[in-house]
Amino acid sequence: MQLTGAQALIRSLEQEGVDTIFGLPGGAILPVYDPLLDSSIRHILVRHEQGAGHMAEGYALATGRPGVAMVTSGPGATNIVTPVGNAHMDSTPLVVITGQVATASIGTDAFQECDITGITMGITKHNFLVQSAQEIPRAVAAAFHLATTGRPGPVLIDVPKDVTQSMMDWWYPASIEEYDLPGYRPEIALDHEAVARAVALIAESERPVLYVGGGTLKSRAADELLAFAERTGMPVVTTLMARGAFPDSHEQHLGMPGMHGMYTAVTAIQKSDLLISLGARFDDRVTGKIPAFAPGAKVIHVDIDRAEFNKVRLADVAIQSNVAAVLTAFDAARATPRNLDVWWKTINDWRDRYPLVYDEPTADGPLRPQHVIEAIAAKAAPGTIVAAGVGQHQMWASQHWKFEEPGTWINSGGAGTMGFGVPAAIGAKVGRPDRTVWCIDGDGCFQMTAQELTTARSEGIPIKVAILNNAYLGMVRQWQEMFYEERYSEVYLSADLPDYVKWAEAMGCVGLRARTLKEMHEVIDEANSINDVPVVIDFRTDAEEKVFPMVAAGASNDDILVHPLQRGDR
Amino acid sequence: MSPEPYLGEVSRTPVRHHILSVLVENKAGVLARIAGLFARRGFNIYSLAVAPAESHARFSRVTIVVDAESAPLEQIVGQLDKLVNVVAIHDLAPSDAVERELLLATLPLGDDHRSATLDTITKAGASIVDVGPTSVTVMLAGTPGACDELERALEDFAEVELHRTGRVALPRLG
Repeated sequence: MQLTGAQALIRSLEQEGVDTIFGLPGGAILPVYDPLLDSSIRHILVRHEQGAGHMAEGYALATGRPGVAMVTSGPGATNIVTPVGNAHMDSTPLVVITGQVATASIGTDAFQECDITGITMGITKHNFLVQSAQEIPRAVAAAFHLATTGRPGPVLIDVPKDVTQSMMDWWYPASIEEYDLPGYRPEIALDHEAVARAVALIAESERPVLYVGGGTLKSRAADELLAFAERTGMPVVTTLMARGAFPDSHEQHLGMPGMHGMYTAVTAIQKSDLLISLGARFDDRVTGKIPAFAPGAKVIHVDIDRAEFNKVRLADVAIQSNVAAVLTAFDAARATPRNLDVWWKTINDWRDRYPLVYDEPTADGPLRPQHVIEAIAAKAAPGTIVAAGVGQHQMWASQHWKFEEPGTWINSGGAGTMGFGVPAAIGAKVGRPDRTVWCIDGDGCFQMTAQELTTARSEGIPIKVAILNNAYLGMVRQWQEMFYEERYSEVYLSADLPDYVKWAEAMGCVGLRARTLKEMHEVIDEANSINDVPVVIDFRTDAEEKVFPMVAAGASNDDILVHPLQRGDR
Repeated sequence: MSPEPYLGEVSRTPVRHHILSVLVENKAGVLARIAGLFARRGFNIYSLAVAPAESHARFSRVTIVVDAESAPLEQIVGQLDKLVNVVAIHDLAPSDAVERELLLATLPLGDDHRSATLDTITKAGASIVDVGPTSVTVMLAGTPGACDELERALEDFAEVELHRTGRVALPRLG
């Protein structure tokens, strides 16, 4: 069967089970948009290519399936570089298709030409410049294989216009052998000798902590984690990338570690004698000052990517594997620590002394951002998905929302991409239309990508957006207050400019505003009653509110700053 | 003839160098992927040699001498191995490898120190591969140490143009 390259590309995506593409057409990708009309694949027309990328990420994080985005060459391609970089930092499976100028024009500075494979070399797991229509099926099949196996990540396929316009004989690779990836071997045999050494370390430990990272979610190991944690009785911490991997309601869960982690989670790691790292990478936001990080702990480091071993922290035992397989092997070997009663007594004492607190909200406002999040959570349906931007609101959402299952927390961890929230929430809602999706956003973040609410309205994607509007780039303001002698430099945004309610309405959404506690409860109820169009709520929050606990940049985790309300009894 | 530009201190082979013999797919951009990885991770390349491997067009052999001071070797190998186009990495400690490198140098053959020049060439085991009216081009294929030695010896001569290929290596046989 003869097909054009464009037809072959769409057909290849169908072959991979793609149901949704987030994209925006343009000159070089034009041929591919024609056969899209005849395809079962849903296309979401975004208003900016960055939105397409973040939507694909949100889709992937909510469903566990790879997100797909398609854009044109030149500026279309460079506009999606930020999401590609974001997905690379967070190991999110993404397949991004970019149009390219015709092969004969490559290298001539043609209109809308840019070297997108060169630009994204360092921020993709791999990328392809497809040289002929006949090669399209192989490139697509290989891209999905690469994006979703081993350590997942973004893969970019650059397709020149003449390649999509020329004819090919339809075929599709029947097996991995036909992908032509001689250097890619994601299957790793489990090192049973290393597992045995890890089991021996566990047997000696009196103060173990399960340090759970995003890799636990990527390897779908939540059930194995729950079983292992409950059998051994070990305390669990979940990093920003792993929220939802272990139920927040579980008594063994100490919460999130790191710069804005729970006092108990941070301190338990510091005082532990064994850290079992499950798909975590000892990020600087978790370790604080590295030489002072968990100084008395031996380390069992489980990761699918061996380049993570000994990169930041030397491992006593390194096991290259997906997390699920290792936990299963630990259970098979009946890995059990010593009696943990004393350890739990210590931990529970920390918990009693340093719970998560914030100042009492006042009836007339301004609202406490933490209280707003808890109020939304209290009225949210079980299984609600929460997306966030980056900054104070993100930390408060991670701290105050209770995550109970995988795929319910969508955020930008490694890259810290402001503006991630709204498009990621849209992507998550497309992937999980059965779930309520809230975006907890900041006013700074919202202004970066809010135009995608027009996309949401026109495509019928009813997300709910809570803007915690403190009129500032709040996290930067917090640092300037604490570390720059309250010299506020370029952080003020104004609470009233833009008018978020009018802006929401202009984009076809319902716009609401709350300044007082009474209004807060009313607008949340109103938002919950609207399920056909997106809702945006402008919550007026206290500009001076800061995120605590906090470990200052470069400081030891031992010097964690708790909330001012708790400092008297330290 | 204009003077040679100043290129900074001549860097000698670092003590803690390591040889990575890397088999890669012979595809466009693979060298850029390797060079880009080293650049963005802050790994230093001391020398680099690339050629098609074993007469097959499908693979190339890249011999990279890395400065193991700039990053732990385990990190360099681990990151390199993640490049999809990298098929195999052989990590050769200098003591376990047979290393060879080629040096070409053009030097003046003035009447006043003709015999000293020829003496230097002979002692180093280099051969003359080209002769001009007032200069000569010599070649040495030898160990990196031998090339270092000849390079040092030629520092005494004015107006020497010298190129080295960077080394290639294979594991020592027993």
